Amino acid sequence: MSSNEQPSAGPLDQGSRRSRLVGDLWRQEGAKAVAVAVLSTVIVLGGILYVVLHSRYWPDFKQAFFSREAFVASFPDVLEAFRRNVVYFLAAEPIILLWALVLAVLRSLRGPVFFPLRLLATVYVDLFRGVPTLLIVYLLGFGLPSLGIPGIPTQPWFWGLVGLVLSYSAYVAEVYRAGIESVHPSQTAAARALGLSRWQTLRSVVIPQAVRRVVPPLMNDFIALQKDTALIAVVSGAYPEAFLMGQIYQSSLFNFTPILGTALCFLVITIPMTRFTDWMLERQRRRRQAAVA
Amino acid sequence: MSGTGATTVIEIVGVHKAFDHLEVLKGIDLTVAEHEVICLIGASGSGKSTLLRCVNLLEPVDAGRVVVHGEEITASGVDVNRIRRSMGIVFQSFNLFPHMTVLRNITLGPRKALRIAKDEAEARAVDLLERFGLADKRDEYPDRLSGGQQQRVAIVRALAMEPDIMLLDEVTSALDPELVAEVLNVIRELAAGGMTMLIATHEMGFARDIARRVCFLDAGIILEEGSPEQIFSSPREARTQRFLQSIIEAGRM
Repeated sequence: MSSNEQPSAGPLDQGSRRSRLVGDLWRQEGAKAVAVAVLSTVIVLGGILYVVLHSRYWPDFKQAFFSREAFVASFPDVLEAFRRNVVYFLAAEPIILLWALVLAVLRSLRGPVFFPLRLLATVYVDLFRGVPTLLIVYLLGFGLPSLGIPGIPTQPWFWGLVGLVLSYSAYVAEVYRAGIESVHPSQTAAARALGLSRWQTLRSVVIPQAVRRVVPPLMNDFIALQKDTALIAVVSGAYPEAFLMGQIYQSSLFNFTPILGTALCFLVITIPMTRFTDWMLERQRRRRQAAVA
Repeated sequence: MSGTGATTVIEIVGVHKAFDHLEVLKGIDLTVAEHEVICLIGASGSGKSTLLRCVNLLEPVDAGRVVVHGEEITASGVDVNRIRRSMGIVFQSFNLFPHMTVLRNITLGPRKALRIAKDEAEARAVDLLERFGLADKRDEYPDRLSGGQQQRVAIVRALAMEPDIMLLDEVTSALDPELVAEVLNVIRELAAGGMTMLIATHEMGFARDIARRVCFLDAGIILEEGSPEQIFSSPREARTQRFLQSIIEAGRM
């Protein structure tokens, strides 16, 4: 049930060059190559399709996963529930972006005075990156409302969302930190030499450059976050989001098609975002090469 | 040594600096008088850049002191930001802020460190850009400028703080040869205007031209200092002679 797509806190270069697949082939290899590619694609995919469709399990499979009736019955509610996922994402993302930046700045502070803050931020990041997001969502979503503390929200989905924010902030903080550390020390030296304080230097010179550099990797985390709003399904109870709504229909219809309906909702948003991120990475890579040349 | 009895602006006394176990400065003594231009020459690694960075407090000194306008700036508890505002430094690699236009590069210091209002800071920046022939570049980003233009902008950025001392750290070393002259001309203009300057340079002809005094640094000490005529025509020390010989052989003088 957990998403196995962990957000990336890693290298900044994940430049994909797979866009415009056929266009590239045409330019580099010519019409003949394109014809060969089309032909072999037809043969390979056609072959696979033929085997699958003539398998004796295909009718059952089709009924369980691609049932038109189940889809028609469930999809309107699934789509309606998906609005919650969108709201969760839209609410979580800005908070994550801010809180993660605070964490990254705390981790980047130098000097003995800041040691406690640096330590706290480091422990935070280690803890939340080291524990499955699903576990945190579960723990907060069920744990906090059970305490009955007056004055705090009692909805499990709320605390599940808080868990998602806490967990993702740790990943995003590391992305920011990679960006902050990629700003050359000579930039800091130049700003300090102008008489700017440490803080002014960070604010005006280091962070703006760092954030610009990490926009594409942050986009990858955006996409992962959109998908991981489905984790809130485990605590959403009376306020089902799309995945839970799919499960509800699945168990009443004895059919998995509603879950595929949920998947469709996510794909409609994540595929364009992935393409957009690829495009941004590609553009950044080209710019960097142009800057070197 | 300055011999004119003019006001002392910078006094460097017994400055030592090591990075890990590598001792880069091994006791530097140097006094700079007002309006004086001093060139620091010497091989790479002789400590020229480190000395400038110590004077600007970008590197803390291990021992010795630096006194500017009678105030010991290397003492503990000194407000380094205040000290740096009166001292401009220009780096070999320009170090312009790539995410800001030329105008914002120049107004950042005055606005943030000196708290000058935006309009006034911009008006002053435009004046400076006009003076150095860069008025049409005010809205460009640094990566759209040539190296020479970038370095001139970096000089203007330092000047916008209205410093009374300029520290120049091999400011032409990263430039294509045909771009060196435009930068050197700017520095000549500053010297003519009476700016007190400490210049680390590999341009011997320029040093000969502009310096009141030339200091030859070797292995972390000022091995020899004197007038440009004396240093370049009749160096006393064998190492100075060897260094200048190698420069002549490289065709750089």
